Amino acid sequence: MSGTIELADLKHATDVQKLKERIRQVQRSLVEMTSAMGVHLGSSLSCLEVIATLYFLKMRHAPHRPQWRERDRFILSKGHAAPALYAVLAEAGYFPKEELRTLKRIGSRLQGHPDLRAPGVDAPSGSLGQGISIGIGMALAAKMRGSRSRVYVLAGDGECDEGQVWESLMTAVHLRLDNLVLIIDRNGWQLDDRTEEVKRKVPLRSKLESFGWETYSVNGHDVEKIVEVLDAAERAERPVAIIAHTKKGKGISFLEDSNKGHKLKLSEEEYLAAIKELEMTAKCA
Amino acid sequence: MRVAFGEGLLELGEELEDLVVLTADVAKPTQAIGFGERFPHRFLNVGIAEQDMVDIAAGLALSEKVPVAVAFAPFMMRAWEQVRSTIARCSLNVKLVGTHSGLSAADEGASHQSLEDVALMRVLPNMTVVVPGDREEVKEATRAIVESKGPAYMRIGRDEDARFLEEEFRLGRAVVLKDGSDVAVFSNGYLTSEVLAAAEGAPVDAMVIHVPTVKPLDSSTVLSAARRTGAAVCVEEHSVIGGMGSAVSELLSEEYPIHVRRMGVGDTFGESGTYRELLEKHRLTATHIREAMVEAAKRRGTR
Repeated sequence: MSGTIELADLKHATDVQKLKERIRQVQRSLVEMTSAMGVHLGSSLSCLEVIATLYFLKMRHAPHRPQWRERDRFILSKGHAAPALYAVLAEAGYFPKEELRTLKRIGSRLQGHPDLRAPGVDAPSGSLGQGISIGIGMALAAKMRGSRSRVYVLAGDGECDEGQVWESLMTAVHLRLDNLVLIIDRNGWQLDDRTEEVKRKVPLRSKLESFGWETYSVNGHDVEKIVEVLDAAERAERPVAIIAHTKKGKGISFLEDSNKGHKLKLSEEEYLAAIKELEMTAKCA
Repeated sequence: MRVAFGEGLLELGEELEDLVVLTADVAKPTQAIGFGERFPHRFLNVGIAEQDMVDIAAGLALSEKVPVAVAFAPFMMRAWEQVRSTIARCSLNVKLVGTHSGLSAADEGASHQSLEDVALMRVLPNMTVVVPGDREEVKEATRAIVESKGPAYMRIGRDEDARFLEEEFRLGRAVVLKDGSDVAVFSNGYLTSEVLAAAEGAPVDAMVIHVPTVKPLDSSTVLSAARRTGAAVCVEEHSVIGGMGSAVSELLSEEYPIHVRRMGVGDTFGESGTYRELLEKHRLTATHIREAMVEAAKRRGTR
């Protein structure tokens, strides 16, 4: 018996190690994209580990059959982090990595904000506050057809200013959607300023709890912890909200926890510095 | 109208397992309630939250369901941006139905009167826009939008119970109800009844064309009516800006420029009153329409 557990643990450790390596690949793809085109790099980097953990470890999905009905769904409600999603989808095998270079170019499947034309994108976004509602529709459809399919929605903390977010929080609990997981990327920044300066969100956790969501907080860059909390979410009997505490621009020191990377195109110098830093981190890991 | 819509939904519910009806705390007044009672597991009342409702419908459509979202027309417009950015942008298979449209929520006043919905929905790419006017047509149009692919918006009035059609509703088709040679009168919704009454015994020979599908517009029927008569009047329970009259004018200005008189609510909001009083105030009753027909006929050929 104990032997089985050890094997499982070993497999888990290997999976997590592989996940970390893939995340490094994705970070690099992201920085490369940013050297060619202005993107929301900071908010892409803050949620990258969460998206990667979902696609590389947690979700049941099939890159070569993107429309597989029984797949789990992912909705990037904070659509401006599209580059992170695209980089993960490419790494997962939904489309060739070379295509990442076409981001935002005319005729590209990789639009500035997620659009159904990109293989693997489950829902359109770009206008904030709509993702949870869309997720409710999907979670409901899964229930209706008796499917085990689960729905993950990633929203921004600034996005929580939108009234529709709170409409949908009420609906999901009312419908007891235990197949719906909301992850809030709590990087503490929105377009104009720090989130608490623009519009106070604290106490975010007790707000979610008071709406009836089973709520967790986690370090959104610690993949082991993300996996743990996503495991816990699978055992819940009601909708689960995870507040992922993150840093905007994570991994690139001149962007970290600032609004500099809200939307930017890296200069040659910045690009080289960023790549160097990512490589250093990789070596130390 | 609402009753016919409710009946239509019930019939479709029996046939189509994937049909899901959503509403925003107006199940009873919109008549969506009947569907909810018969198919409780395919019915969702999200409470007073139109934006949430519209995007839940989007999520259902992304999972191969056929959602029909029902609200009072003016409040459906509260979720217009959701319709734009999510549903129309990706041409999702969501059907939106706005009841109590036009001036039909008469005594409730301006907040409850939707004079802009056709314009707002018509401007969206991929969107089909339907304004049926006959009781049976409401039922048939409900079926037609549900059976078509892609997003659609249908608006219906509250209490009117007009019957004037013999032909079956077909999406994208305008119906010539009366032939005539002096002026073409295009209308939709309940007001087609007023137009028919106006044409009856009018001193000019009016051609009456019912245009229940505003988008896609039946351009060949509109153009041939314009060619035959040389002058046009458009009548609708909507702002004169952006609705069916605008759609007809846009087409004719490019393809066959003739005099077009748009009748509807001028560039103004509504107010409380009885439905008849409001139609009268905005000169949308048979008497005023008849006058407009005569005036327009005088201007034919003077382009």
